[in-house]
Amino acid sequence: MAKVSPKKTPMREQDPQVRIDNFEEVPFGYSEEEAMIEAARCLQCKKPLCMQGCPVEIDIPGFIMHIAEGRFQEAVVTLKKKNVLPAVCGRVCPQEEQCEKLCVLGKKFEPVAIGRLERFSADWEASRGEAPLPRKKKSTGKRVAVVGSGPAGITVAGDLIQRGHRVTMFEALHEAGGVLVYGIPEFRLPKKIVAREVNHVVRMGVKLVMDRVIGTIETVDELLEQYDAVFLGTGAGLPWFLNIPGENLNHIYSANEYLTRANLMKAYLFPEYDTPIFRGKRVATIGGGNVAMDSARTALRLGAAQSIIIYRRSRQEMPARLEEIHHAEQEGVDFRLLTNPVAFHGDETGFVKEVECLRMELGEPDASGRRRPVPVEGSNFRITVDSVVISIGNSPNPLIPNTTPGLETGKWGNIQIEETTGKTSKKGVFAGGDVATGAATVISAMGAGRRAARAMHEYLVTGRWEPQETS
Amino acid sequence: MNKIAARDMVVPNIHLLTVEAPDMPGKLRAGHFIMVKADEFGERIPLTVADWDEQSGTVTCALMQAGRSTRKLAEMNAGDCVSTFVGPLGKPLQIEKFGTVVCAGGCYGIGSIYPVARAMKAAGNRVITLIEARGRYLVYWEDKLRETSDVLMVSTSDGSTPFRGRNSDRLRVLIEDGEEIHRVIAMGCTFMMADISETTRPAEIPTRVSLNTVMVDGTGMCGACRVEVDGNTRFACVDGPDFDGHAVNWDLLRIRRRAYYHQETISEER
Ligand SMILES: Cc1cc2nc3c(=O)[nH]c(=O)nc-3n(C[C@H](O)[C@H](O)[C@H](O)COP(=O)(O)OP(=O)(O)OC[C@H]3O[C@@H](n4cnc5c(N)ncnc54)[C@H](O)[C@@H]3O)c2cc1C
Ligand SMILES: Cc1cc2nc3c(=O)[nH]c(=O)nc-3n(C[C@H](O)[C@H](O)[C@H](O)COP(=O)(O)OP(=O)(O)OC[C@H]3O[C@@H](n4cnc5c(N)ncnc54)[C@H](O)[C@@H]3O)c2cc1C
Ligand code: SF4
Ligand code: FES
Repeated sequence: MAKVSPKKTPMREQDPQVRIDNFEEVPFGYSEEEAMIEAARCLQCKKPLCMQGCPVEIDIPGFIMHIAEGRFQEAVVTLKKKNVLPAVCGRVCPQEEQCEKLCVLGKKFEPVAIGRLERFSADWEASRGEAPLPRKKKSTGKRVAVVGSGPAGITVAGDLIQRGHRVTMFEALHEAGGVLVYGIPEFRLPKKIVAREVNHVVRMGVKLVMDRVIGTIETVDELLEQYDAVFLGTGAGLPWFLNIPGENLNHIYSANEYLTRANLMKAYLFPEYDTPIFRGKRVATIGGGNVAMDSARTALRLGAAQSIIIYRRSRQEMPARLEEIHHAEQEGVDFRLLTNPVAFHGDETGFVKEVECLRMELGEPDASGRRRPVPVEGSNFRITVDSVVISIGNSPNPLIPNTTPGLETGKWGNIQIEETTGKTSKKGVFAGGDVATGAATVISAMGAGRRAARAMHEYLVTGRWEPQETS
Repeated sequence: MNKIAARDMVVPNIHLLTVEAPDMPGKLRAGHFIMVKADEFGERIPLTVADWDEQSGTVTCALMQAGRSTRKLAEMNAGDCVSTFVGPLGKPLQIEKFGTVVCAGGCYGIGSIYPVARAMKAAGNRVITLIEARGRYLVYWEDKLRETSDVLMVSTSDGSTPFRGRNSDRLRVLIEDGEEIHRVIAMGCTFMMADISETTRPAEIPTRVSLNTVMVDGTGMCGACRVEVDGNTRFACVDGPDFDGHAVNWDLLRIRRRAYYHQETISEER
């Protein structure tokens, strides 16, 4: 075998100076030739470690071999056996924490660019027009309601319609896709890709009903009168705030508001679109996850001269994907690490003008294994800003738990489920994704959807609802 | 997509917008609101439900033309479709037999107070409805309100009705006259609701207001609608919009309502 190149085949991308002025996608993706070169780096391990890191167990060496041999259609088929949203996952999965982390090549060199190859395959298929529809099983006559159209809901809907059930998917917002449409920005995940994936399940026969908030227009109990099973994939959409003084000043946004205005409501095209957004010149984003990176980079694209990230731990503890941190750095986002906001100060008309912060030091590891940040007494200082985006996390919306007797929730309002089946404490009701785990990842939501779909199918066919394991 | 069944200007600047939403009426209660988005480019804006009809499957809102989004709706006609009409949203008002209930409405709130008066009446309360407008020519739904109220009192600031002044002035007179009031509900512009709350504060009459903050999703997902009640941050769309008027931080509310003043001007001038 030829000597393996130590580095990943680079993926061409928009120049940072150009891209901070537009909302177009940053990386261009591999050409067929680049993909084949990268695929050839894979050692085709007999015991592929990469697969152990993949939450949905994609046959990674398998699809990569197809690419290496130029059999792109087969690569897609192999991928889609396990992952219904490869175009999305190839772009947003934290590969460096999953498959690529375990890839043997990574021990000496850079791992195989598994994510980029996944993305390539999905895009290759998209470039050929509409994807062929999988064959459906004979109708079972069973009816299923899926609540929420994020990755968890889409996966359940897609899996169950293929097994011959009738599926209706309800969405509270006016567009389907969950966080993929309202949260993750266009420059990272073009909305036409999400629309394509949603359209795919609709073409398979899933009935999609938008503008329907379950819990108000219809309760889960009412759904159970019309459907044989219900899946709750309502995500973790309730934004947290810091609960520090001055937080309700104007131009202080939750990341959800900021990104929803920008993405879902297309405020970046204001006034062509009616929804406004404040185009701050000095924007501080608080937090260190993907959501924070997306907000800080959105601020640049909306014209910020300075986009600052304030994070209370160090670079090492940042939960964001590596690629997002790199991209943010390239684009000139200013990282203020080991810094914790304690108050906001406003002008006399109620608009934020300063963030007061404390410096932090890293102490002993906490429950999460990360070193706990501890404040340095008296180190208060202020950063001048004209807007702030708070991006410190989300928990599940209480609407459904509050209107569904018998549905148990945990400490953060997350719906309690049996891990392997998605069964909730209520008969006929399953759940999965962020609503059960709290804010997590696209792939984990899909994995949960897949497990729930399997258990739902069994329940629909047998009618058996085994007592839930108590854990 | 929901079809507009009717859109009429009842008085200058206020339109009654009736939209087909077949299974919504059965779920609506006084105090609920909906979010409407006129077209692909539209903003999602909240409107309180003013009436509904299960038979025809329609929902009516009183729409006050304020800026671009309300103007877009005001310019639509029967047969046109709005791209989103979602609800019911928010917590409905607490309706029970309190005794004597004052329902106060102004501008669009003259419409949205109607289902409140109706429900309070049906629950066995003595209902005194107060409505206010600049002049008599801006008063609508007098007949409907009279039907659902024991007493209807109209106040105008130009004196074109017997009582010159505002709802709060009328309410003060009632209180001074020794009317025993068990609850007050106010709906309409922020100024009026704050004013009513100040009027009832000394006598500690329980007062509910329906806050009209800026909103984006209306489902508790964004926090644009945050208000401060009793010193705690609340989301108006899911924790409200109905709150204790004596516990609301009105200054903050006024400030937050101005967040988009500049952009609203751009949008209007387009
Ligand atoms: C800005 C941002 C960036 C992110 N970046 C990444 C990333 O790079 N990589 C990654 O892996 N993950 C990322 N995530 C996390 C990932 O998007 C989520 O973990 C994933 O979308 C969860 O999927 P879900 O299906 O559980 O829920 P969601 O995607 O949240 O979808 C839930 C849907 O349910 C709807 N809904 C809620 N309540 C109701 C109701 N009562 N009735 C009807 N519908 C309802 C919601 O409107 C929503 O559309 C990011 C998240 C955000 C916010
Ligand atoms: C829960 C709730 C219920 C509501 N119910 C109704 C209703 O039944 N009928 C109705 O007409 N409106 C109602 N509103 C207010 C309505 O949503 C706003 O008037 C609308 O969003 C303004 O949009 P716009 O683009 O037309 O005006 P904008 O361009 O956003 O604003 C134009 C001007 O109007 C002012 N303005 C903004 N919001 C309000 C407001 N809430 N009240 C008065 N002036 C405002 C602005 O400061 C600005 O000067 C409600 C609001 C909430 C939160
Ligand atoms: S571990 Fe790396 S080299 Fe081995 S099969 Fe997986 S991708 Fe290929
Ligand atoms: S409008 Fe978004 S949370 Fe209330």
